[in-house]
Amino acid sequence: MRGYSGKVLDVDLSNENIKETKFDEEILKQYIGGRGLATKILWDKLGKNWEKIDPLGSENLLLMLTGPLTGYVPGARLCVSGKSPQSNGVVGSTVGGEFSVELKCAGYDGVIFYGKAEKPVYLFIKDSEVELKPANHIWGKGSQETLRILVKECREELANRFPRRGLWKEPQAVYIGPAGERRSRIAVVAAKWAHAAGYGGYGGVMGSKNLKAVVVKGTGPLPDVVDMEKVSTLINKVLDINFRNIVFRRWGTGNLGHDVGSRTSSEPVRNWQEEWHNEESYGSYEFEKYWVKRYWADFGCPTSCLKLAVIRSGPFEGAITDNPDYENQAYLGPNLGIFNAEENIYLTALIDELGLCGIQVGNVLGFAGELYEKGILTKQDLEGIELKWGDPKAFAALAQMIADRKGIGDVLAEGTHRAALKISELKGVDVSMYDVTEKGIAIGAHGIRSEEDYPGYESYACSVQAGDHTSVARIPLDHGNSEFRSLLYDTGVFCWFNFFEKEAQDLLWPFIEAVTGWKIMEEQWIKAIGRRILHIQRTLLLLGGPDLQWVPRKDDDVPIRWYTPLGIGPHKGKAVDPKRLCRDRSEYYKAVGWDENGIPLSAELKRLGLYDVDKKLDDVRQKIQK
Amino acid sequence: MKGLSESKRVWIARDYLKCSGCRRCEIICSLSHEGKIWPEASRIRVFMLLPGIEVPHLCVQCHDYPCVEACPTQALSVNKETEAVNVDKEKCVACGKCIDECPGRIPYIHPIENYVVICDLCGGKPKCVEACTAGRWNALEIIKKSDTHTFKLYAKSPETVTRDIASQIYGKKWRETV
Repeated sequence: MRGYSGKVLDVDLSNENIKETKFDEEILKQYIGGRGLATKILWDKLGKNWEKIDPLGSENLLLMLTGPLTGYVPGARLCVSGKSPQSNGVVGSTVGGEFSVELKCAGYDGVIFYGKAEKPVYLFIKDSEVELKPANHIWGKGSQETLRILVKECREELANRFPRRGLWKEPQAVYIGPAGERRSRIAVVAAKWAHAAGYGGYGGVMGSKNLKAVVVKGTGPLPDVVDMEKVSTLINKVLDINFRNIVFRRWGTGNLGHDVGSRTSSEPVRNWQEEWHNEESYGSYEFEKYWVKRYWADFGCPTSCLKLAVIRSGPFEGAITDNPDYENQAYLGPNLGIFNAEENIYLTALIDELGLCGIQVGNVLGFAGELYEKGILTKQDLEGIELKWGDPKAFAALAQMIADRKGIGDVLAEGTHRAALKISELKGVDVSMYDVTEKGIAIGAHGIRSEEDYPGYESYACSVQAGDHTSVARIPLDHGNSEFRSLLYDTGVFCWFNFFEKEAQDLLWPFIEAVTGWKIMEEQWIKAIGRRILHIQRTLLLLGGPDLQWVPRKDDDVPIRWYTPLGIGPHKGKAVDPKRLCRDRSEYYKAVGWDENGIPLSAELKRLGLYDVDKKLDDVRQKIQK
Repeated sequence: MKGLSESKRVWIARDYLKCSGCRRCEIICSLSHEGKIWPEASRIRVFMLLPGIEVPHLCVQCHDYPCVEACPTQALSVNKETEAVNVDKEKCVACGKCIDECPGRIPYIHPIENYVVICDLCGGKPKCVEACTAGRWNALEIIKKSDTHTFKLYAKSPETVTRDIASQIYGKKWRETV
């Protein structure tokens, strides 16, 4: 097998048992790695009782998987997965950085965590030497301090164990912040600084297992490939294409805070009450003032869409974060009525430090902001915070309460959708109007009402990763932003952002062949391999549970808010047309092989050999008939 | 030395503030020297003791070559054309004396072989620099070698460089955290 290390670490945290497992080549050929393999493993191990598995219970699995293309295709990422405490389905949540490459160099394609540690621990992998270590001294610590201590102590240990080798390069780590420790459903698995696997809520899963971090030092090479010369040529082609993308290299997504508001009118403003703003104070010109590194990249990446922002004086002195990228700009900016770069950098750095997801927490903060505006949440409910739009200190204070699960923060730490259900119950008012989520996941900051941005009507409603803006459904299925493309990137496992161009996308099939020797063409991906993964993800999403289950078709909808016409901007008056949504949804179901309720068709599953999946879906089908 | 193959007398200047941390240099170096992507066997290593402060760490060819002087087995020698340090893999016993004598502790032992690894300047055309300039990062740049003692001053440990850059871009208090 080429492109793979050939082994995955199985770590049972309950009994501290660590072993290596291998996957048959046939399984890898069908499920590849990352999101695909995670879905297959979760189906095999938990599928039978899926509805009963508590994502934050010890029976859930936490997977950290690479893919065969990781480290070879420019822009390395790691795929984190498990049963999602947000959607109750499976999300392939990826994070950039060097961790995944280091893990492969240590000889592992991934790590799977089972059970729950009795006390806080972290895992330290040095090639084939793997050890669980106590994490009491870092439990409770913020992101920066956690990483600093881990790098220092693991590097010192390496120096002591191998004193003659010379200086050790730092090991790589993924870790959780305080929010993950408190099992927040909106906590991230973080890497470096400001790098996070956000969607899915796997920081909370990690915390529920008492696992603070995974640290790895791998001294080997990346696994052998079939044709290294070909791989090198393909790498250079991907580099050249992306070196030409001057605009994206220059700003990353960091010029969108103004652009998505003013031009495409699809940016969340004050909890999606509007999607348009033309605040020049929120343009990249203002953000650039804080950049101390204009090109900040992860392993092998030609694009360097990250930029390092630092605030060196004033009330927010000491804040350090990336860029911020567009999602953080939008959700911790206009969505909270904030149109100031410095305040946005401050809030982004804060949520990094707390280990919260910028999208999920920005969404729930905006939700709380609107409830305060409408008088549903009071100053008393918020323990004295006057949650006024545009006040960064007020929103920061509430973010801290969420990370601490203090007072109302305990409710909001469950994410917007669950908080909306709870607050409706507590207050006796229906607040679902203010809940801008898709099947438990706050929707990325790209609205569909103006129809000027990249997602379409079917995008969130039909995605197997719900609100995840990096995995949107599109028809036709070979659309450049189709969910089959995201699925390929997350399964590969590498970054989407070097594959905007068709020219680059077309290189991926030869890339797979040069690395693994497997000839996979786009058609086969969409009709068989990718399709199989998508159906299983869809099945597990529909099974859901235990706290929430999605009703097929009914929940394949967009937030209520998006049926309200936009009130300002060039697209004033535009709202989601329910008839068209129905039509687009039906078209998508048909194209992808689902029935009129969005359930994968029996014949389709049998065609792909997924007999057990088909059988399990009978429960769902029967439930609808009742 | 002057006059000998002037064109091959190059020095790699480094600008840490410009290093994106993309590690293209490590990739290309290990591909060139080992035929594999192998960051731990790259002759240039990017240290990231603090995120955002990426430190490309490689030989500076000191004018007095303390590593060569310290080598007990004559495994290290100075290449006459490039003035890079050559490692004779057969003679090297991986004792680590060259590491101890290097003011930046730059050499290190190959991850699986029994010899020390030091930048050979790719015979005068360093591939890491090509990779860096292709991306227009220019954290590494070729400059003409001259008979100055200045180059040796860049033989600093990654800890020292990280502290200096951290206090420059993050603020003084970060100096203490490395």
